[in-house]
Amino acid sequence: MAYRAHCLICTGTGCVAGGSFNLRKTLEAEIAKRGLDREIQVITTGCQGFCAEGPIMIVQPDGVFYCRVEERDVPAIVEEHLLKGRPVKKLLYTPPTEKAPIPALKDIPFFAKQKLIVLRNRGLIDPDRIEDYIAVDGYTALGKALTQMTPEGIVLEIKRSGLRGRGGGGFPAGIKWETCRHAGQVRGVAPVVICNADEGDPGAFMDRSIIESDPHSVVEGMIIAARGIGASEGFVYIRHEYPLARQRLQLALDHAREFGLLGKNILGAGMDFDIEIREGAGAFVCGESTALMASLEGKLGEPRAKYIHTVEHGYQDRPSNLNNVETYANVPLIILRGADWFASMGTGDVKENPWNGSSGTKVFSLVGKINNTGLIEVPMGISLREIIFDIGGGIPKGRKFKAVQTGGPSGGCLPEEKLDMAVDFDSLTEAGSMMGSGGMIVMDEQTCMVDVARYFIAFLTEESCGKCTPCREGLKTMLDVLTRIGDGKGRMEDLGLLEEMGAVMQDCCLCALGTSAPNPVLSTLQYFRHEYEAHIRDKKCPGGVCKELITYGIDPAKCDGCHACVRACSTAAIMGEVKKVHTLDVHKCIKCGACIEVCRRDAITRT
Amino acid sequence: MHIDPAKVDAIIQRHGRKREHLIAMLLECQEEFTHLPEPVLQRVSEQVEVPLPSVLGIATFFRAFSLKPVGRYPAHICMGTACHVKGAPRLLEAFERELKILRGQTTDDLLFSINTVNCLGCCGLAPAVTVGKDVHGKLKQADVPRILKKYRPKEA
Repeated sequence: MAYRAHCLICTGTGCVAGGSFNLRKTLEAEIAKRGLDREIQVITTGCQGFCAEGPIMIVQPDGVFYCRVEERDVPAIVEEHLLKGRPVKKLLYTPPTEKAPIPALKDIPFFAKQKLIVLRNRGLIDPDRIEDYIAVDGYTALGKALTQMTPEGIVLEIKRSGLRGRGGGGFPAGIKWETCRHAGQVRGVAPVVICNADEGDPGAFMDRSIIESDPHSVVEGMIIAARGIGASEGFVYIRHEYPLARQRLQLALDHAREFGLLGKNILGAGMDFDIEIREGAGAFVCGESTALMASLEGKLGEPRAKYIHTVEHGYQDRPSNLNNVETYANVPLIILRGADWFASMGTGDVKENPWNGSSGTKVFSLVGKINNTGLIEVPMGISLREIIFDIGGGIPKGRKFKAVQTGGPSGGCLPEEKLDMAVDFDSLTEAGSMMGSGGMIVMDEQTCMVDVARYFIAFLTEESCGKCTPCREGLKTMLDVLTRIGDGKGRMEDLGLLEEMGAVMQDCCLCALGTSAPNPVLSTLQYFRHEYEAHIRDKKCPGGVCKELITYGIDPAKCDGCHACVRACSTAAIMGEVKKVHTLDVHKCIKCGACIEVCRRDAITRT
Repeated sequence: MHIDPAKVDAIIQRHGRKREHLIAMLLECQEEFTHLPEPVLQRVSEQVEVPLPSVLGIATFFRAFSLKPVGRYPAHICMGTACHVKGAPRLLEAFERELKILRGQTTDDLLFSINTVNCLGCCGLAPAVTVGKDVHGKLKQADVPRILKKYRPKEA
């Protein structure tokens, strides 16, 4: 039955939190009530990426984009748009800097500059239906790989495409596959294929989103990898915190099995392969390959020294190929369209040597103090400025950009001078940060860089497994020093001490968690040393964050006496009559900041 | 608290008593009993034939496990980077003030407990919190009493 229109409701975690499942029910009921249920179909899709504006709904074929849709908006949408063909103006997206709304999805700047490879099917298909994936050429690449290519040919194609690991390290996937295949053959042991979906980086949700919107692309990528490497067993190690992603992936695996795409004799090509889901239980270090494999075996997720590589001796001592979600999701299109097509995007010439550049695209979670928060996919080599200001729409409330943090706790903070830098694996590393799995957190002038460094070190101190001394003790000492600086008790020698400890940790830690742990401190010291000095010398926090160094007050010129702060204050520190300028008693103030959150006139000061 | 060993056994059976599934078993036990009391760990250790210290090691290594009872509606404050720069530490304090307990503690009526998570992956909704199974996003400190009220029993 052909429908004249489709309503696509986003059901990523963000929009679900906004009530998109209820929205679907209400919309379907309203459509049925109006007798339109034979003309209009409601479809739930995975994450559309524009999470900050959720719940999101797209009406096709018009391509109209609605944001912040609530159940009470449903009658208007059905009456005005679906019956009369007039888009509902108040639900259209209006960029923060403009006045007129933009009706069509394709014209919204957030979407216009993106290039979708990994996220090609986002918002187009229902992730719970394998038929939808097959309808958009899903599993065609697997067919090609099984019938027209040799396993060696598959590995070579991935190698020539220049695909580098999207989990953070940027190791060329083709070389990893080749080594794993070779190890399996030499040792006569069947390799395993593992997908790392233990997305532990705070501020990153690319993998969650890929699995929630297009789980089959990951499954297909893993089957192709298994064919290339010669594996018959596969695992997805997924975070316990992602229940929706796990559920969709499980359903995808069940469907693939029903369709003969997993199990014995896949597509009649004599290949046996199956995938099992294993859950993590919240340990950042389990993103590290040896720790992840220990955890897969049901042991403590502690890393071991890597003079023996996991591609040769990994899970249960078998050759193990570990890639992350996004890496696998790239594979089907590379096989389908060829290595040359993939290598034509991005930086450098990777055909002879995948280390020579960064091909393809990268998915980032663009979050923090930025207008358009969400998930984006851009070609490698795009500048940070284009990402933050063109796609991200700049900083809210006209505030000034201060820094962008990439690479999670292993990465660094880059200042304004670096905004025109090309975003690829090698440039980011050179600048003292790293690609990481793709978290991109934007910070404005009200962010304190000492506090950010302290935050990451506190995170890593908790997450360090404690096995090796430089990491366990180094992080703890760094945290003490940073806390001291934040409390206004720092000494100028502390800065040298931090740098010295950082260098020792980079040299001596056992795994990548430890060797990259000093990065947040070293990069902020490199680019924002003046902020550290302000804390130590002037006892001031320029960002207005470090509690010990700031005092709250009320700007009488701005306060209109609306009383909102008085109601928000839990210690009755703010006094004043309605419509008269309020005053703040610094002795009662606990500096919780609740008043700032509710003040509409920016009248609360922090000095 | 009474632990029905049959319930633990059923979970272990479902996972074929395999050591590789130890984490999954413990997660399910935790869901069943809200935490991992000693008799549960003991039973798992015997049935899966893994020494008790190793089981205890797993139960204390991973953040998802708790050896102490947690509230019926655990509040998890997201401490991801996006939430952090948007005021998560102050939001955590607001929850602590409102419930009069600290991070890692449970209220006397066993209704709420407070803990932090590293990242919920809802960075677009920063600062975000889960209470029970619900996600609440873009929170201000002033929203906290209203949110908690939803989970409190209706007064007669």
